[in-house]
Amino acid sequence: MIPSSDYLRDRQIVRGRIAIAVGGVLLLVAILIARLAYLQISQHQRFSTLAQNNRIDFVSMAPVRGLIYDRNGEILAENRRVYNVEILPDRVDDMNQLLGDLGQLIELSEEDVTRFKQLVRRQPSFDRQTLRTNLNEREAARIALHQHRHPGVELQARLQRHYPHGALTAHFLGYVGRINADDLKQIDPRAYRGLEYLGRTGIEAQYEETLRGRPGFERVETDAHGKVVRSLGKTLPSTGLTVHLSLDIEMQRAGMEALRGHRGAVVAIEPSTGDVLAFASEPGFDPNPFVNGISRGGYAHLLGSQDRPLLNRALYGRYAPGSTIKGFMLLTGLQHGIDPGERIFCPGWYSLPNRTHRYRDWKRGGHGWVDARTGIVQSCDVYFYRLARRLGIDHIHQGMSDLGFGRPTGVDLPGEPSGLMPSPQWKHQARGQAWFPGETVITGIGQGYMLVTPLQLAAVTAMLANRGRPVTPRFLVATENPQNRVRQAVAPANAKRAAIANRDFYAYVIDGMRGVVHDRRGTASRLRQGLRYEMAGKTGTAQVKSIPQNERYDESKLEKKHIDHSLFIGFAPLDQPKIAIAVVVENAGAGSRTAAPIARKLIDHYLLNRLGMFPGVDNLDTTVGR
Amino acid sequence: MTGGNPTSPAVDMSLFTAIIMLCALSLLVQYSAGGENPEYLTRQGARIGFALALMLLFARIPPATLLRWSPWFYGAGLVLLVAVLMAGIIGKGAQRWIDLGVVRFQPAEIMKLAVPMMVAWVLTRLPLPPRPLGIIGSVAVVLLPVALVVVQPDLGTAILIAIAGTSVVFLAGIGWKFIVAVLLLLGVSAPLMWSMLLYDYQRLRVLTLLDPWADPLGAGYHIVQSIIAVGAGGLGGKGWLAGTQSRLDFIPERSTDFIFATYAEEFGFLGALILLMLYLFIGLRGLAISYYAHDSYARLLAGGLAVTFFVCVFVNIGMAAGILPVVGVPLPLLSHGGSSIAILMIGLGILMSIRRQRSRL
Repeated sequence: MIPSSDYLRDRQIVRGRIAIAVGGVLLLVAILIARLAYLQISQHQRFSTLAQNNRIDFVSMAPVRGLIYDRNGEILAENRRVYNVEILPDRVDDMNQLLGDLGQLIELSEEDVTRFKQLVRRQPSFDRQTLRTNLNEREAARIALHQHRHPGVELQARLQRHYPHGALTAHFLGYVGRINADDLKQIDPRAYRGLEYLGRTGIEAQYEETLRGRPGFERVETDAHGKVVRSLGKTLPSTGLTVHLSLDIEMQRAGMEALRGHRGAVVAIEPSTGDVLAFASEPGFDPNPFVNGISRGGYAHLLGSQDRPLLNRALYGRYAPGSTIKGFMLLTGLQHGIDPGERIFCPGWYSLPNRTHRYRDWKRGGHGWVDARTGIVQSCDVYFYRLARRLGIDHIHQGMSDLGFGRPTGVDLPGEPSGLMPSPQWKHQARGQAWFPGETVITGIGQGYMLVTPLQLAAVTAMLANRGRPVTPRFLVATENPQNRVRQAVAPANAKRAAIANRDFYAYVIDGMRGVVHDRRGTASRLRQGLRYEMAGKTGTAQVKSIPQNERYDESKLEKKHIDHSLFIGFAPLDQPKIAIAVVVENAGAGSRTAAPIARKLIDHYLLNRLGMFPGVDNLDTTVGR
Repeated sequence: MTGGNPTSPAVDMSLFTAIIMLCALSLLVQYSAGGENPEYLTRQGARIGFALALMLLFARIPPATLLRWSPWFYGAGLVLLVAVLMAGIIGKGAQRWIDLGVVRFQPAEIMKLAVPMMVAWVLTRLPLPPRPLGIIGSVAVVLLPVALVVVQPDLGTAILIAIAGTSVVFLAGIGWKFIVAVLLLLGVSAPLMWSMLLYDYQRLRVLTLLDPWADPLGAGYHIVQSIIAVGAGGLGGKGWLAGTQSRLDFIPERSTDFIFATYAEEFGFLGALILLMLYLFIGLRGLAISYYAHDSYARLLAGGLAVTFFVCVFVNIGMAAGILPVVGVPLPLLSHGGSSIAILMIGLGILMSIRRQRSRL
């Protein structure tokens, strides 16, 4: 058959269009190839990384926090196994129903529930959240029994910090707390992978890095649903180092018990090393509730208490030192050429030339003729008024600062305040006022602007005990790797050189402070009784409220909060001192009355009971004739 | 030279070879995407085998017979579509399947063949190019099944049916003026169709395409994960069975609509090029068969099938590569799914039968 013209024309038309279609197909292929080249060649690196990030996940394994021991191996901070109820919000259909059901099995406070709901709202729903911590055995058992009925509920055994000595150790040891949103801004997230707690205060904060350990992690491959498909490798966590402290928990207990019923602090230091033996601040508080976040009510109660139990008085309490600094004032004087044998007359008051204001001595009738030693032994205020006047505030400021006043001791605790050793410059800067001569006078007896912390007092006392070799108080004695038991001792950081070179000056002052306890007329002579060793000491009575010129100090007429603070510093034994101590008791009257007996009790306890010195020796005090 | 050429082999060997290579790739990538499940593999193998048999069967049916069947075929497809729709209304749920007990299939798939056949049948009643009457008839032939499929709703298949039909109209030599007019009309009515015809989720898919990274975990998730898989494949691919994006379930629909992402991740740019070349070969071979076909009906049908085949490839890969919105269009022969493979193979069989009756090749 000959093709018709229609047939040829039709073929012509369609063939033309097919040619166009071929062009279209080639164009589409070109588009696809260009796009694929872009994705697979030019952008390959980027997508390869994204694919990798998609599938590789790190599951962190929290390290176990290092333990803390006292100097005799008594445990101060440990990790206890506790049971927590955790909930995976993703797997729960009806959260309110579930919380209601769980409320039948375990005790759930309103606060638990509110806190939990907040967490669930803020965190991704596939993150498990803790509903309640610290279940008791019975509650844990009930949850375990009913778990199968509540998908998404998990009973987790976790290690949680526990402080077995509670209030005894709260102030210096501090505590750990749950990591919160503010913390997350500051900490290195890699170092805290998988960790829930960090050291908040005290030793726990100071040695956070040592105690924390290194988190381990497991690289895992996960599918699109976050389910772990297989492990790609593991780095085990390394446990935090064990921390051995200088503190003696029995001394601490004795210190806290001695202070009971008062507000105050006791700091005891081993002079040769700087080891802090006791660091008591009364009243204390139980740190354990803080670990998981103390309840609002509990916290308000602690905060609202008049006695301010949360305040670490030993470290942060700043007190006028009163007469406790007289020995150091004398040291400064000797350094500036004061003749200790020179006698002055004490009529019971002192006045600046051409002034009528009378600076009173604590003893109304006066001490009569007084040399430097008597000035210390009897704590003659007039002697030190005159000494201060003679030295001038600039020399006092320089000398006392050299001895360690007005600057931090360098103890290994966070946030140590420096106290205050006033000077005209300081007053000008801080108050914008000129220095008055009378302020020099009262600085001589540790009144006025001067402020010390109990720790500072103990440190300078230890320095004195060392015959001038300054002491850096320290808590950390050694760290120990719990895995291989390798113990690394920390060398004491005490300075080698004395602040004042002349050893005779120390000998003179120490002799005076020996007299405070051992002389019949010493202000702390009541400590002599039954004393089996020789000691040096100095009482202090810090005025809280200034008494008008025409009135007398009468404790019975004063409010409790205006009664003088009672202070005492001392060390023993005299020749090879084992302990230097500072005691501050708020509003407890004269130093000799409250603080001195506490110091004696603690020194006795340490030397006789803890060190076992002077067994059976009834009375070393030969100056006392019975 | 009328009728068949008895000396021509029933099977176009080059086309057949390309198809077999694609089937082999299909089994490879399906084995990987299916989590190395041998049972899954045998099922896909069985489907491919069945489809190949259908292909060879249709390769033996002369185009003249197909021409005669066209109205019946089309009519039967319409009836089935209505039946599926009725069943859906009664069953209160979307319905796409007809269950014949032994086999379940989607009537909409039939329309991918029946519509180009019917349009070619309509247009070859009169001399080409189509006159207004033929155009109106063709439009009706296309729109009726498209409307029935859109309401299923199965936008992807509806689009393919529409493309299959219009490609035939285009090949029939419809005037350029008319084409421009239709494009203008589409442009003007696009906003209206956007708001009235598309479902919310479909609109979102189009919008997502503009910036999938705006919501990589939500609306953009499919596209983002697919692009990541494709890009991560790089030049040479991660290797067979080693694509993490697909095997760890990051790619959604990894054995069906997004099989290309699975393939491109494991076989890379070079693998994708091989795949594209195979598709290109089949498409061009189809157009060549059309070019040399014996009569207008065969020419139009072969051209329509070839164009549809390739558009299907383009839409699917374009979607997986993030240049087209997500629509449920399978990748020919690679995607998992019995109906679509069977219909494709029948289409390829028809191409072979037209090739047999060629005038000159």
